[in-house]
Amino acid sequence: MLDDFFIRALIAGIGVAIITGPLGCFVVWRRLSYFGDTLAHSALLGVTLAYSMQFNIAFSVFIISSLIALTLIQLQKRTNLPGDALLGLLAHSSLAIGLVVIGFLSFIRFDIMGLLFGDILAVTVDDLLIIWIGGALILLVLKLIWKPLFASTVNYELAEAEGLNPDRAKAIFTILMAAIIAISIKMVGLLLITGMLIIPAAMARNISSSPQKMVMYSIIGGLLSVILGLFSSLEFNTASGPSIIAASLLLFILSLLNIKQSIKLKN
Amino acid sequence: MSSNQNILVKLNKAGFSLNNKWLVKGVSLQVEKGKIVTLIGPNGSGKSTTAKIALGIYKKIDGSVEKYTSKVGYVPQKISIDWTLPLRVNDFMVLTESISNDLIDEALSLTGVTHLKDKNLGDLSGGEFQRVLLARAISKKPELLVLDEPVQGVDFTGEIALYELIKKISDELNCGILLISHDLHTVMSATDHVVCLNGHVCCSGSPMDVAKNNEYKALFGEQASQILSRYEHRHDHIHTSEGEIKKN
Repeated sequence: MLDDFFIRALIAGIGVAIITGPLGCFVVWRRLSYFGDTLAHSALLGVTLAYSMQFNIAFSVFIISSLIALTLIQLQKRTNLPGDALLGLLAHSSLAIGLVVIGFLSFIRFDIMGLLFGDILAVTVDDLLIIWIGGALILLVLKLIWKPLFASTVNYELAEAEGLNPDRAKAIFTILMAAIIAISIKMVGLLLITGMLIIPAAMARNISSSPQKMVMYSIIGGLLSVILGLFSSLEFNTASGPSIIAASLLLFILSLLNIKQSIKLKN
Repeated sequence: MSSNQNILVKLNKAGFSLNNKWLVKGVSLQVEKGKIVTLIGPNGSGKSTTAKIALGIYKKIDGSVEKYTSKVGYVPQKISIDWTLPLRVNDFMVLTESISNDLIDEALSLTGVTHLKDKNLGDLSGGEFQRVLLARAISKKPELLVLDEPVQGVDFTGEIALYELIKKISDELNCGILLISHDLHTVMSATDHVVCLNGHVCCSGSPMDVAKNNEYKALFGEQASQILSRYEHRHDHIHTSEGEIKKN
């Protein structure tokens, strides 16, 4: 019953969940969900470039997403347009360019559905290496910048005043966001990556009393979502991304019960 | 004045403008080890801005800042913790520097909030939160403390105790303190040097000198000046909305 491709998908999914757990907490804390969406939309452009130039997909997506993130920072300095308008501009124009490029690549067979929603059949051993080695690097860097990043998330001026260099931490974190999107795109699909970041973290917030606990529960929630989602994907023959996200939504709903209880307690 | 080695931070004609409007201009002051420098002035006079210039939070400034220490403790004027961040007092204490449990307990007990250690920051009252902010800033034994209205919302007896504590910290740790306060009584009694701001430095000096100053009186009124002295002068200039100073 457990075919080889399924084991690969499971190992890949577990790797992704361990990384999206802590990064997702920062996405929720720093209100970056739309930023994550923008990077994910731009990933389509990265994928098409990878196909047309015979690049590795994860590498190409990482480069394009990083470029989009840097463009955003430059745009913010040059115009007074609000952040959400700039994000929308970048998200949709990069998505559009990606789709136009696909139109030119008619000689290549594209699995658009797999790209948008994830495809467990497509996970190769190379992908596993990218996820686990890349993931370990992401977590290592996150651990190194944890203190300044977390302190500036609580209060930017406090972090700056006490010498933690929050701007550098923020720039590095932006690169980490591009990296996690690049390595998880095959698994979850580009439309649903932000869900993988946000939903387990949001679930974790409902049941945690400290930042460390929130990160831990977010990882556990992500792991359960991946396992539950992948098994049902195999069982019902559904796309892997939506199945994983649906499973995480289920966990989120369960976590709401805990909130109701604690509100009652306070009253 | 003491030797240069004691200087922790020094502002030379520092100023900061936002959207073509000067928030504060031409401020020169220095904070030395073991000394308390207090900034006073009406709302919008640039006290917090001056503190942020000294801390290096504002980077595109006029003039210059020289900072001779990296061990800084800061109590900002306002800070809001988002609900999405589950943060207990205990987590907040180690926000910018990992310190031992003993130091955390010591600092919390100095400001009288040991019992709040495991509470969520969002559940604290305004005064309790202020005490936690102060405890966090002093727990890491900084060389320079910048306190922006550190006792706002603290009850009357607590206020006196906390000001005594600030004085004690300055003496025991030999740390320099840049204090922003509205409480003129406290300022005049516990401060080494007072800088009176109103978009620029109106006057500065020892509390006694400042209390006698005519500009100080023009800013704070007769009652304030009677705290330490009875003098009378005319305010010789007015402030325009652009932060310019015009002679009468």
